[in-house]
Amino acid sequence: MSSLTMRPCGDFRTSYKQDNTIFETTTIKNVAIFAIALLCAAPYLVDAYYLTLFIQISYLGIAALGLNILVGYTGQISLGHGAFFGFGAFASAWLNISFGIPVLLCIPLAGFLTMAVGMMFGLPASRIKGLYLAIATLAAQFILEDFFARADWFSGGSAGSSADPISIFGFVFNSDESFFYIALAALVIMYIWGCNLMRSRDGRAFVAVRDHYLSAEIMGIKLNKYRLLSFGISSFYAGIGGALYAHYLGYVSAEGFTLFMSIQFLAMIIIGGLGSIKGTLMGVVFMVFLPEVLESGVGLMKMTDWGNIPMVVDGLAYIKEMAIGLVIILFLIFEPQGMAHRWAQIKNYWKFYPFSY
Amino acid sequence: MTTSILNIEQISLAFGGVKALTDVSFSVTKGSVFSIIGPNGAGKTSMLNCISGRYQPNSGKITFADQDVTHLKPNDRADLGMGRTFQNLALFGHMSVLDNIMVGRHHLLKNNWLTGPLYWASGAQKEELAHRRKVEEVIDFLEISHIRKSIAGTLSYGLRKRVELARAMALNPKLILLDEPMAGMNLEEKEDMARYILDLNEEFGITVVMIEHDMGVVMDISHEVMVLDFGKKLISGLPHEVMADPYVKRAYLGLEDDAEPDTLEEVS
Repeated sequence: MSSLTMRPCGDFRTSYKQDNTIFETTTIKNVAIFAIALLCAAPYLVDAYYLTLFIQISYLGIAALGLNILVGYTGQISLGHGAFFGFGAFASAWLNISFGIPVLLCIPLAGFLTMAVGMMFGLPASRIKGLYLAIATLAAQFILEDFFARADWFSGGSAGSSADPISIFGFVFNSDESFFYIALAALVIMYIWGCNLMRSRDGRAFVAVRDHYLSAEIMGIKLNKYRLLSFGISSFYAGIGGALYAHYLGYVSAEGFTLFMSIQFLAMIIIGGLGSIKGTLMGVVFMVFLPEVLESGVGLMKMTDWGNIPMVVDGLAYIKEMAIGLVIILFLIFEPQGMAHRWAQIKNYWKFYPFSY
Repeated sequence: MTTSILNIEQISLAFGGVKALTDVSFSVTKGSVFSIIGPNGAGKTSMLNCISGRYQPNSGKITFADQDVTHLKPNDRADLGMGRTFQNLALFGHMSVLDNIMVGRHHLLKNNWLTGPLYWASGAQKEELAHRRKVEEVIDFLEISHIRKSIAGTLSYGLRKRVELARAMALNPKLILLDEPMAGMNLEEKEDMARYILDLNEEFGITVVMIEHDMGVVMDISHEVMVLDFGKKLISGLPHEVMADPYVKRAYLGLEDDAEPDTLEEVS
C-alpha cells in the first residue's frame, strides 16, 4: 500500500496521464532506459558466455511472463506451459520450412498458432479450477509431447527439426552477439506489451476474475471468455518464447519440452512473485543464474582441500536439480509473495528509515 | 413517476425442497427508491440475486427497461445498465480502489487484448484517460479521493462499502441494487450512506432497489417498501402504510410495539 501512495518529494502529478505511467517515478524510468542502453553495449563488453545466459533469460522470461498472466493475474493453473513453449518452437520452424515464410514473421505467427492450441486445451478452464484444472492441463503436456514425437510432418518426429536463423535484409543473426539484440528487443517489446495489457481493460478483467469472480460477472465481465483468453495469451507468450529458442539454437528436438520444464516455469514465477511483471523477470534471472552460481561454487570448493568431496563434485547435476526444489520450498515458507514483494519491502525500508512506517 | 423500470412477475425460486420465493410480483417505478424488508431468511437476497442474474428463477418473468431479462447472464445485465453491491463485501481485494472502480467501466471500454497493449498507438490511452475522468467524478461524489490508490483489501469496512457503491455507480447504471448498504456501520457512516443513496437517486436519476434492516433509514428514504416473509410478498406500498399493517408488525417488527408507527415517525 505504502509503495503505491508514497512518492518522492517534489514529484507531483498534475494530470491523469502522469498517474498512469508504467514506471512509478521518472527516476525508475530513466534507470530502466539506461539499463537497456547499457545492455545494448554488452556484446562489446562481456564474454559470449554471458550473452548466452542473457538470451536464455530472454526467451524463458517471455514464456514465464505468459504463465504469470495465467497463474498470477487470472488465478488459473497450468502444468502444460513447457509443452506450449515447445509447440511454439516447432511451429515456427515448421512454418518457415514448409511455407517459406521469413523467420521474423514466423515468430509472431507461431505465437498465434500456439495461442489457438492453448485455447483449445484451455477450454476446460471455463468449467473447472484448482487441482482439477492442473490435471487437465497435465493432459495437454502429455498429448503435446506425444504429438511432437509422432507428427513427422510437423516436428520431424524423433529426429527433430532444424530451424533457420533469423535474417533481416540479408543480415543473418546466427552468432550470440547478433542474436543478443533480437533477444533484447523481443524481451523489451513483450514486457511492455504485458505492462500495457495489465493497465488496460482486459488486464483488469483478469485480476477481477481472480479476486472475486462472482462480482466480476456482475460488473459485466464474461467469465468464460476471460478464462479462455487468459489461456490464449499465456500460450501466445509461450509460443513467442519457444520460437525464439528454436531460431537461436537452430535445431529443435522433442526431448526438451517435458513436464520438468513446465514445473520450472512455475518455479520462476513463484520465486519472482505471482501477479508481478517485474517479479517475473527477477524470478527468471534468479533461476538462470542459480545453476551458474552453484557450478562456480562447487568449482571453488573443488580447489580447496576440505571441499573436494567426490559426492559433491560428481553430483553437481543432481545438486542443481535439488537446489531448484529447495529454493521453491524456502520461498514458499519465507516469502510466498516472491522477490518482487521482498524488493518492495527493502525499498520501503530505505525510504522510511529510521522510522518503521 | 409512473413508468416502471423493473417488473417482476410471479417469480418462484426453490432450492430442492426449500421454497425461497413463491410467486412474488412487484414493479419498481423509474427514479424511485424501493426498499425490500423482511426477517432473516425471508428471501430478500434471493430476490436480488434473481434480478441481478446470479440465480435463475424456476418460474416467472423479469422485465428490465422493457426487455425480458429472465434468462440473461449477469454480465449482459450489466450492459443494460444494472449495477449492484453485495451484502458481504465483494471487492477485488488485491486491486487498488481506482482499479476496482475502473472495472466498473468494463462494459463501456472498447479496447481489447490486442489493441490495449498497443497503448499509445491504438487510442487505448486516450480511452483510459477519458474513463478515468468519469471515475474521478464518482470518486469525488462519494468522497473517497484520499484512498483512491490504496489496496481495497486493506480498507476499513465502512470505506469498502463505499468503494463497492462507487464501483456499481461507475457502471453508469439505470438501476442499482443495494444489498444491505448500511449493515455493520456506525451512525455517522449510516447517515453518510443514506445521503449518498438519496443523492445518487436525485442527482444522477438512478433507480434504487435496496434491502435494509435499519427501519429508520428505510422509512426515511424509500418511496416504496415491500415486505417479504417466508418467500412470500406480504404487502407493498408507501412506507407508513406498510408500517401500519398489523401483519407486518407481527411478522417483522414484533407484536408488542403497538405504538410503533407514531414513534417511528417522530424518530425519523
